[in-house]
Amino acid sequence: MAKVQDPQMLTANRLRDGEVLYWAKGGWVLGLKDGEVFADPKAADAALAESQRDVKNNTVVATYLFDVRVADGVIKPVKEREIIRAKGPTVRGEGKQASHV
Amino acid sequence: MPLIRVEGGKAVVADDGFVSVADDAALPASGGAIVSLKRFQAERETLLGRNAPTGVRLTAAENPEALGDDVHRLSVVTLEFPAFNDGRAFSWARILRTRMGYKGEVRAAGHYIYDQLNYQRRVGFDAWATDRYGVADFEKAFAEITNVYQPSTDGKKTIRELRTAK
Amino acid sequence: MYRYDEFDAKFVAERVAQFRGQVERRLAGAITEDEFKPLRLMNGLYLQLHAYMLRIAVPYGTLSSKQLRKLAHIARVYDKGFGHFTTRTNLQFNWIKLVDVPDILSELASVEMHCIQTSGNCIRNVTADQFAGATPEEIEDPRPLAEIIRQWSSLHPEFVFLARKFKIAVGATEHDRAALLYHDMAVDIVRNAEGRVGYKVVAGGGMGRTPYIAQTMSEFVEREDILAYLEAVLRVYNQDSRRDNKHKQRIKILINAIGVEEMRRRVDREFAEIKRTGSLQLPAEELARITAYFAPPQFEALPDNMPFGDKAFEDWKKTNVARHRAPGYAIATISLKTVGQIPGDASADQMDMIADLVDEYSLGEVRVSHEQNLVLPHVRQRDLPAIFSRLQALDLAAPNSGLITDIIACPGLDYCDLANARSIPIAQDIAKKFADIGRQQEIGELKIKISGCINACGHHHAGHIGILGVDKKGVEFYQLQLGGSGAEDASIGDIMGPGFGEHEIANAVERVVNHYLAVRKDGERFLDTYRRVGMEPFKNVAYQEQMYAAHTG
Repeated sequence: MAKVQDPQMLTANRLRDGEVLYWAKGGWVLGLKDGEVFADPKAADAALAESQRDVKNNTVVATYLFDVRVADGVIKPVKEREIIRAKGPTVRGEGKQASHV
Repeated sequence: MPLIRVEGGKAVVADDGFVSVADDAALPASGGAIVSLKRFQAERETLLGRNAPTGVRLTAAENPEALGDDVHRLSVVTLEFPAFNDGRAFSWARILRTRMGYKGEVRAAGHYIYDQLNYQRRVGFDAWATDRYGVADFEKAFAEITNVYQPSTDGKKTIRELRTAK
Repeated sequence: MYRYDEFDAKFVAERVAQFRGQVERRLAGAITEDEFKPLRLMNGLYLQLHAYMLRIAVPYGTLSSKQLRKLAHIARVYDKGFGHFTTRTNLQFNWIKLVDVPDILSELASVEMHCIQTSGNCIRNVTADQFAGATPEEIEDPRPLAEIIRQWSSLHPEFVFLARKFKIAVGATEHDRAALLYHDMAVDIVRNAEGRVGYKVVAGGGMGRTPYIAQTMSEFVEREDILAYLEAVLRVYNQDSRRDNKHKQRIKILINAIGVEEMRRRVDREFAEIKRTGSLQLPAEELARITAYFAPPQFEALPDNMPFGDKAFEDWKKTNVARHRAPGYAIATISLKTVGQIPGDASADQMDMIADLVDEYSLGEVRVSHEQNLVLPHVRQRDLPAIFSRLQALDLAAPNSGLITDIIACPGLDYCDLANARSIPIAQDIAKKFADIGRQQEIGELKIKISGCINACGHHHAGHIGILGVDKKGVEFYQLQLGGSGAEDASIGDIMGPGFGEHEIANAVERVVNHYLAVRKDGERFLDTYRRVGMEPFKNVAYQEQMYAAHTG
């Protein structure tokens, strides 16, 4: 059986200050929980394409899609890297966890 | 493509006077021709026998020492940048100027960026085929870092020399 | 230490202005991210997992108290109040904004600091022994030559677009504290048979995906020829290294591909040519002029009289105090590895207070070691108790220099975009497990080095026990390597086998250490025992829980 694509989200870094951002309905938000989840890979690809507008206008860099799972309304990235990126460093707590996004 | 040269220490727009000729294309009836190393080695007599100047275009992988003494019979050596971060041509230019004592034109072609222009000049480039940068860009680039630590062929005094001169 | 003159100062000031211009052009979209990336890397600016990371150069690990205070200030104003000292003796800030960087560079320039070439495919920070200028072991202070190499390599027009990074170290002692043999190129200051001082040059060492120990390029280069020789090595590297495969573009790959004999032949040919032109000869007066900057400070005439104190002080003295060339003086290591602390990190407050110590007790100078600790190079023996007391107040008094809890760890997946696994929590777990000082002393010298990915910034290949974090189907696993060394007896650690889980690795390390204690002979460090008995017995005990489970399951 072919591997089923997990739902995806879209992320980037803000060019001017490096802040991690998540795509949400044509714009960017700071918190993973407020980001848009794409169950349909085509919708994810379309969002990635649309987001290039903000690469071209020098707002963001390093756009990419990543896998998530949603359980009981809570979004959890599949990869450890994205969990840490969404929350902040596990060893100090000075990242997004500090600003409660 | 426009050509910028350094003449009398300044960047100027120059008449090219050369065409870059593909391996399978006919040589121009008159005027300078720049050919690949491969073609130069194959058609050396014909090329040098033309009543017009000759140039050779080297890829990033080609060491100019392959030209041997023939380099002194060339008016132009073009060094290609396949990608701006492929920095081999910086060494090729230095080898041309120092080991080989080449006095003709060393031309940059391909993909390079504004922030490399000063380094290129310092290692011995004196001409740039470019439709991206104009004379003002070159003048600005050359003026960005006044003091240099390393000797090079641009004749600029090194910081050590400036210190001893004081 | 080196002081900028007007020429150095203008050089750095113009570099700051240049980067300011590059940032403006990037924000305006006049250059793309692809074009901007190497430019910002060559000013030490990475885009990491959470934010931009800025790496500040600390040439040959030497800082003044004024510079350390400026770093504390930058940590407070532009970052989140702390910094991380790296395995190349630089300092990293993790929460930097691109738009602030030109101002940060300006502030750094005001104290003769910069971020030039701390990243990118160019010649990087030149490192040296953290005890330079203070240890009685050295032939001479390696830092004047390191400074000369730094100047020669700064914005070297031929070598700013190399195939990959190029790391240089300088040594002057038999016991190598700067990991010379793991560098792309290193210069070892030596004496020849006639007693003349000159330079042995090695090249082709490296960590990463394919670790190598450096090989000798020249047994003896005369002082005046050294820059010509180094330039020859760089030119051969720049022109002949591959450009088609990012993982095969370091000089270690080139030398192993063509062989050390052929490499020497190419370098010698280039060297002869460069020497002939004369433009890179290093006159004795220039070497003397730079050396004068590093003249030893005025030491008081004191007798050797090491003070005694309580157990805590004596424990600390045992590991963290080293012999000084001047009677009555000592070298004190400030461990940034307090058990439970993030290895190599210091808060802004700690930096400021260490700067006070530097002024009061260390003649204005502090060093960074590649093992991510700080060193007070010139302290009076009689001040050691007071220094220790102040370090205790800072929670930086761990008596563990060179012991098992003196762990090197890269930032890992908590911070780094390249990482596969976290390394800091593993370092903390292991340190906590071995926290008991008596036990640490019993174990003796044992260098654990942890990398969160194959890029090996934690130097795991050179660990007596090396740990590599990997990603196995989305789960963090940790592979053990045993028997590595970054000293003059350099060796690459042997891979033990399959990795251990996050909650298992510290236990596996403990089983390995216990076995060492069980079989060691008199005077053997862990590394010596490993070299005597080999991997098998250690492998058996490390995996014993899995084997037990397999038997009984």
